[in-house]
Amino acid sequence: MLAYTIRRLVLAIPTLIFIAFVIFMLLELAPGDPMANMPLSIPPEVREQMRQALGLGQPWYIRFGLWLYQFFVVEPQYWIDAAFGTNFADGAQRIISFQSRSPVFEIIAERVPQTLWVVGMSYIVGVIIALPIGIAGAYWQYSWFDQLGTFISMVGFSVPTFFTGVLLIVIFAVNLGWFPSIYNTTLVVEDWESFLAQLRQMAMPVFVLALYNAAQISRYMRASMLDNLGQDYVRTARAKGMNERIVVLKHVLRNSMIPVITVIALGVPQVFGGAIITEQVFKVNGLGQLLIIAIQGSDIPMVLTLTFIFAVLIVAFNLIADILYGVFDPRIRYD
Amino acid sequence: MPKGAPPVLDVRSLSTVFHTRAGNVHAVNDVNFTLGAGELLGVVGESGSGKSVTMMSLIGLLPSPPAVVGPGEVIFGDRDLLKIDEKALREVRGGEIGFVFQDPMTSLNPVFTVGMQIAEPLRRHMGLSKKAAADRAVELLELVGIPDARRRLGDYPHQFSGGMRQRVMIAIALACDPKVLIADEPTTALDVTIQAQILELMQELREKLGMAVIWITHDLGVIAGIADRVMVMYGGQVVEHAPVHELFANPRHPYTQALLKTVPNVHGERAKRLTTIEGQPPILLAPPSACSFRDRCPHAWELCHRALPARFPLPGDHDAACFLCDPGLAPTSPEIQDA
Repeated sequence: MLAYTIRRLVLAIPTLIFIAFVIFMLLELAPGDPMANMPLSIPPEVREQMRQALGLGQPWYIRFGLWLYQFFVVEPQYWIDAAFGTNFADGAQRIISFQSRSPVFEIIAERVPQTLWVVGMSYIVGVIIALPIGIAGAYWQYSWFDQLGTFISMVGFSVPTFFTGVLLIVIFAVNLGWFPSIYNTTLVVEDWESFLAQLRQMAMPVFVLALYNAAQISRYMRASMLDNLGQDYVRTARAKGMNERIVVLKHVLRNSMIPVITVIALGVPQVFGGAIITEQVFKVNGLGQLLIIAIQGSDIPMVLTLTFIFAVLIVAFNLIADILYGVFDPRIRYD
Repeated sequence: MPKGAPPVLDVRSLSTVFHTRAGNVHAVNDVNFTLGAGELLGVVGESGSGKSVTMMSLIGLLPSPPAVVGPGEVIFGDRDLLKIDEKALREVRGGEIGFVFQDPMTSLNPVFTVGMQIAEPLRRHMGLSKKAAADRAVELLELVGIPDARRRLGDYPHQFSGGMRQRVMIAIALACDPKVLIADEPTTALDVTIQAQILELMQELREKLGMAVIWITHDLGVIAGIADRVMVMYGGQVVEHAPVHELFANPRHPYTQALLKTVPNVHGERAKRLTTIEGQPPILLAPPSACSFRDRCPHAWELCHRALPARFPLPGDHDAACFLCDPGLAPTSPEIQDA
């Protein structure tokens, strides 16, 4: 298993460099000018100097090489310096956002907590409600509970989050006034009062995203349980005199979880990708919103770095899913 | 079976119906049989004749819905298994009645170790500690002839061959010293040499442990070698029943006769085509009101389309559900000379 993991990690390096190259070239070929947002009163020669200052005068391979160097060498040095008080970086140039002129990673670090709180929490909530619904729906297939679960899943999966989000805002924020419609990032949780305020402002975006996630995962769970409930080993377990709780929650569930765990693991990178639309609807200034603003402003370093981080997470969680597969299914061995 | 001793299992007019969208399928119809202590009862019949469904009905292994078992009685010891509740039935399943299924490749749970799967009924029915259950599991694996048993407890089913897995299944079924072992085509999925090994093992275990066995198969060769008595099933009914030698020497039901003819003969002409029974077994959407073999029977006459033959007793603890065996009708039957 260890050898397999190391082999996969080594193989991931060329994959990631290739991904970075593709993203870079796509941004390179895309129309748009980082100077377009500058006031029109700036004379063309000054504008040209600003372009040069941003490094845009250099050929693409120099810029790509420098970005790789900054991403893989300079930025980690800054992290180490920040963590241990060393001075490896020695003032080297970091990846700088075109828009704010501050280091990209500092901006990302500011945005991550909101995304993790809202999107991450919605994923956890979604998984927690999806699994029992899927299990019960399969065990009592075609019962009223299953029909209801199937209906809600269908709605949750097919109605877009920008619709459910706005609907919730209209009902619960505008008409009833129970929850705020805008996520307040400056809120600091320091006592019970502010904790409740935090819960209130999280409630609607978490609900919207959890509904969507739960709809998807509960379908997988149900299908996987149904596959396994008809297997011969289930009959064997019953023939051994095991009660239904053990038959279903031990024998069947353990087998059914194998594909579902993979689906759950593969879904985690999307959490970091942020729910771009939901973050917009509820004004959560998370990573998704950051990406949208960066794209609008042709902030190439920001878009490149964010997109690349998502790619790293996707590659990483693919590996994690494969390893989990080996952990949960004894038939799979990677040696 | 010693004369006069009460049977371990006494099944009386058992019926099972599946309520499906296509209609009610009467899979088991008025089945009666007994099983004596230490006896091996062979149950034969082609696919769809109701052999497995009958046996699964006995201990409530059929999913309900769609299956509805009853009316009828299944007397096991002093209880009627169709009357006791699910909890009491679970005590019987795996505890007093063991079950071995057809396909050892799928009958074991792939994600649990073999040791855990054998220990599970031991801990459940006999209340053994983890340690005691593991020791007993080793004993059982040795009993069914798996070498290096203690080390193999931690292995998963996929690390065993088909024959070895069936041995594990037998070990599970025998774990709690059952009074009755129901083996549902236990050798069908195995190749011939492994089949022979499993048959030998079962013979040996039966002598050693003295339990009664119900052996379901469609292989008459297997039955001839191991059974004490044989019950032939067709259309969810028992059509003939006799001690094994009597049945092979003197088959009375046309279906049994046809079945025996289909067994390939090693001594005959080489080029001869294999004998088959023409047609399909019936799907019974209503309880049978006439002989269910009539459409495939070479001897069928008018009465067979009109009335359901009872199991007529014959000499030598033998009976057959065919009008050819009805002592009252025999002289008038135009076909009796051929039978």
